[in-house]
Amino acid sequence: MANYSSNEFKPGLRVMVDNEPCIMIDIEFVKPGKGQAFSRVKLRSIRTQRVWERTFKSGESLESADIVERDMEYLYSDAEFWYFMATDGSFEQLGASSEAVGETIKWLKEQVVYEVTLYNDAVVSVTPPNFVELEVVETDPGLKGDTAQGGSKPATLSTGAVVRVPLFIVEGEKLKIDTRSGEYVSRA
Amino acid sequence: MSTWSPSASRDALMARQQMYRSIREFFYTRSVLEVETPLLSQAPVADPNITPMQAGQRWLHTSPEYAMKRLLCAGYGDIYQICKVFREGEAGKRHNPEFSMLEWYRVGWTHQQLMEEVAQLLQMLLAERFSTLPTLHLSYAQALQSYAQLDVHHCGDQVIARHGQALANADLDLDRDGWLDVIMSHQVEPALPHNTLIFIDQFPASQAALAKLANNEQGVLIAQRFEVFFNGMELANGYQELTDAQQQLQRFKHELQGTQRSHDALLIAALEHGLPDCAGVALGLDRVLLHLLDAQSIAQVLSFEWQRA
Repeated sequence: MANYSSNEFKPGLRVMVDNEPCIMIDIEFVKPGKGQAFSRVKLRSIRTQRVWERTFKSGESLESADIVERDMEYLYSDAEFWYFMATDGSFEQLGASSEAVGETIKWLKEQVVYEVTLYNDAVVSVTPPNFVELEVVETDPGLKGDTAQGGSKPATLSTGAVVRVPLFIVEGEKLKIDTRSGEYVSRA
Repeated sequence: MSTWSPSASRDALMARQQMYRSIREFFYTRSVLEVETPLLSQAPVADPNITPMQAGQRWLHTSPEYAMKRLLCAGYGDIYQICKVFREGEAGKRHNPEFSMLEWYRVGWTHQQLMEEVAQLLQMLLAERFSTLPTLHLSYAQALQSYAQLDVHHCGDQVIARHGQALANADLDLDRDGWLDVIMSHQVEPALPHNTLIFIDQFPASQAALAKLANNEQGVLIAQRFEVFFNGMELANGYQELTDAQQQLQRFKHELQGTQRSHDALLIAALEHGLPDCAGVALGLDRVLLHLLDAQSIAQVLSFEWQRA
């Protein structure tokens, strides 16, 4: 395993911090003129996605973490695992636990490509594309002139996710959803 | 990542030219002599927290302090210098390992008088963006009390360490002064009022560097040292200069313990000859420019920042 010294810290670096695989997001070099030098590092833990800050002394070093991101297509679930297939031509399949899939379960659709993060060859997180197209399976018929709710109503999508949609949307329609905000964008 | 093109705009270089002209006029009208001292010297800096760079058999200076003090010892009077200084490993949004410093000394002045002059100079240099710039004076103890709720002269090492560990999110194996540096840089500096020149003085005696020690009004031994902060950034560091050759030699020996570096014997010899009572200060000019131009990083005021040099 490679080691990175504090002067090599940079955004995107994958490192082990307190036995947790993390990606560096931002680094600030801090040094009182006559005092100790530090690196204040903003990290994202790749298991939990938690963003946190930690300070290192200048000269401290961290072990690199074997973190890999792969584009993989979602295939199916057997309720215990969610299976993905590599799109690089290898057809390699990997199963992700519900913990690894996390919130992304709301946006999982067959044949859509996701960014799958592996740590030591095991799936630790699944990131959806910014936009997915999903079908409405349940929503009340929109009432004309009903603007009390800001002109929107809840709709349940094929994945089980519930999003707010305009009143004119009916069951069976396909919608484009922004997965970052969980908001309706347009009809697909 | 590396690119041939400059990291600063032409406007930023023009602002630097204007700033240097203003500084030179400021000191010319006050009869302070502009000097140049060697960048490469035989002895390295002693400060354990600053790493010097080596060039051949010589050391690049990390500040012109030692040589300028020898001019003071020789009786050359009030002097200033604008020069590049070099510090290994100091790179970041507000640091560049090679940076521009203004350092000046006033013979017969107290550091309180010098703080007033620093404020006048900075108010003039920053006037284009900050037409009025109030000053706020705090002692180190007041700053820590106000922004970190710590009674620094009366609380134990354990309290300081625990406070620092919480801020750093780690146990960094630091001594008391190391943890105080964490508290200053992580909590106090960011909380200082903005758009105000903040002068912090009366540093702990253990952080005296080259400043004289004295008892303050509460009878606590403190260093007659000040720092200037502006909008969350340190701009300058000044001292009531230590004039005692023996004390200086003791501090050098203490600082250089366990290193291969030797102390600057020429400075000690000059101090033995005699340094007049004086106050001195070093000001980071790139950071002044950064604030004047509202730049987000020091690279924007350097023709070629470190990665492009």
